[in-house]
Amino acid sequence: MSLERDPEREIAIAEFRWTAIVAVAISVIMVAIIFAAVAMHINPPSNIERINPQALHLSAEFTEADLGTKVEANGQVTARIVATQFAFVPRCVELPADRPVTLRFASPDVIHGVLVGGTNVNTMVVPGYVSQVHTVFRRTGDLLMPCHEFCGLGHSEMIGTVRVVPPDQFRPGPDGRVACAAK
Amino acid sequence: MPQNRRLVLAHLWVAFLVFATATILGVWQMWVRSPLAAPQDVPMRYYQSVTAHGVSMAYVLTTFFIMGFGYFTAEAALGREIPSRRWAWTGFWTAIVGVALTIGAIASGHASVLYTFYPPMTATVWFYLGLVLVVAASWIWVAQMIIAVGRFKRDHPGAPVPLAMYGATVNAIMWLWTTVGVTLEILFQILPATLGLTRTIDVGLARTLFAWTLHPIVYFWLLPAYVAFYTMAPRAAGGRLYSDTMGRFSFALFLVYSLPVGMHHLLMDPEQSTGFKFVQVALTALVVVPTLLTVFTIGASMEIAGRMRGGKGLFGWIGALPWDRPMVLATGLAFFMLWFGGFGGLINMSYGMNAMVHNTSWVTAHFHLIFGGTVVIMYFAIAYEIWPTLTGRAAPSVRSQRLQLWLWAIGMLVMALPWHYLGLEGQWRRVAAFDYSDPRIAPWGPWVIVSLVGGVILLTSAWLFIINLLPRRDQPRLANPPAYAFALPVHPVVKVPAALNGFALWNGLVAFLMLVAYGFPIAQFFIGASPQALVHSFGGG
Repeated sequence: MSLERDPEREIAIAEFRWTAIVAVAISVIMVAIIFAAVAMHINPPSNIERINPQALHLSAEFTEADLGTKVEANGQVTARIVATQFAFVPRCVELPADRPVTLRFASPDVIHGVLVGGTNVNTMVVPGYVSQVHTVFRRTGDLLMPCHEFCGLGHSEMIGTVRVVPPDQFRPGPDGRVACAAK
Repeated sequence: MPQNRRLVLAHLWVAFLVFATATILGVWQMWVRSPLAAPQDVPMRYYQSVTAHGVSMAYVLTTFFIMGFGYFTAEAALGREIPSRRWAWTGFWTAIVGVALTIGAIASGHASVLYTFYPPMTATVWFYLGLVLVVAASWIWVAQMIIAVGRFKRDHPGAPVPLAMYGATVNAIMWLWTTVGVTLEILFQILPATLGLTRTIDVGLARTLFAWTLHPIVYFWLLPAYVAFYTMAPRAAGGRLYSDTMGRFSFALFLVYSLPVGMHHLLMDPEQSTGFKFVQVALTALVVVPTLLTVFTIGASMEIAGRMRGGKGLFGWIGALPWDRPMVLATGLAFFMLWFGGFGGLINMSYGMNAMVHNTSWVTAHFHLIFGGTVVIMYFAIAYEIWPTLTGRAAPSVRSQRLQLWLWAIGMLVMALPWHYLGLEGQWRRVAAFDYSDPRIAPWGPWVIVSLVGGVILLTSAWLFIINLLPRRDQPRLANPPAYAFALPVHPVVKVPAALNGFALWNGLVAFLMLVAYGFPIAQFFIGASPQALVHSFGGG
């Protein structure tokens, strides 16, 4: 740049141009985020569903008999999982590929987190709240489902499995439940 | 001319010695996580180490460095002594006691809760009391900085506050706002629980209060680097600052937009709604503005310096810069790492896209690159820059300083780039060990080893830094220790708008935005029966 002719004005113009570029760049990012949220329903898990962490085992939903995969009367597939020091209960859930599924997590003790390897499933599991994630699995096989938030000295051992099976091999029992057979 | 040189040196030495020690822990942690056999490979030691590493780097290195650098700037830029030498030393020793308590608690094994100490897991009460002392001590520093500016303005009506001091004071005011969240969390939630007064804790509220602190604290760490970009680098390059006004404006915007954005750390949390998450994501996008304004202004300042040194053509000025000077080299390396770190940060804050990377190694990589890379390399450069003024001895080997800076940048990239990749591959955070016999995990092994190599390079650089700062026999004492001179702008600053010479407008904006961003998200925990989780004591009392 030349600083000989009215440099103050030139600096102001250069700064104004740069500010315009910055404004455009940020607008593009925000438009992309809004488009993904509104048109593609890509939102963070935020259902604010309270649950008493001290009485999970007495709740209507997260009792032992109710955990694991279940196909509801309307065909909706839901997996209910308790994240607790230092395991997921159940350790393995079976879910169908290429079909909308819902995962619901709750913690009776400390904060946990969960992700499913190679998918967009990711949520914190905060005692006091039900964490809910909707997804469609595209790959079949045994996917890693580790706890990703420090939850105590056994944290590294806390790994579950999501077994994604082809839709035709997904066979719920008469009560709509699907057990994940150990391999 | 700084008068309290011992005070500044005391703060900086504590910061740097704790930092260098913590790098040893960091390398050991990476070794444990790698497929290689490491000593003491048990989770208890691992989490103790991670807690010590995090506390040392995030709380001790930063707070002590920033306090020391703040006192230096107050005296060097304003040309007068800080308001109270006695209070400053009181703050220093209070913080030392705090650090000793916290480190002692971690060493006892009763505080392995990581530096984020998320309830309902709780450490021994001494861990938190130590942190409270450090924060309280830092408030003494904040008061000194604000009083120093006030007295300068009183004695020089209408005169612009020097840019370096304006930035350092923004740093202090930002810290005051930042600490409110975590202070409320510790005083009203964690201490009653650790003292046995309550058996339960509202975890959603605790996470929200911690998020209040968790993002602006990063800008608190970052701001000294920006002070150096604006007020040290242009002069070191042999040029002038392109625009003093833009510097002030950037500092003010950092104050405003660093605060109401912490909820982007809670994007994957179930206790907050999409609406407020989106509001804070949008505000986070705006914090990009002062960063990009800085990239522009410092780029232009460097171009002026390069052209004054005979650089020609579109990019010729870059080669003409005096890269042999540590401050110039560090600025270049910091900007290089800022591109990667900033890009990663944009992914993190992108609302739904955060699901791809949340709590994976990508996040660890991101904050190591942007904090360990961009920020800490500037802490090094600042120390090299002001050391002759502080110690009264001529600069030691500049060659060794350059080597140290290069090692740091290379080590950081070799460590953090594989981490980014592993994060995208789904490698999760905060684990003491991976089962490399699992075929889904085995492919990560080689990359983990590559990052360990980066860690060893960083460790070497950290200790070379300490060696570079030590006084040497062959260094002559300067008869008259040099006064420190900050960079001058292209246009001498005669008068600046009142808004950019003070902080009232910006504090008002912060208050308003904090109310919008956190008002309901915090109030919701007091509406209806907010769930309470049982306290899980890690401390045993």
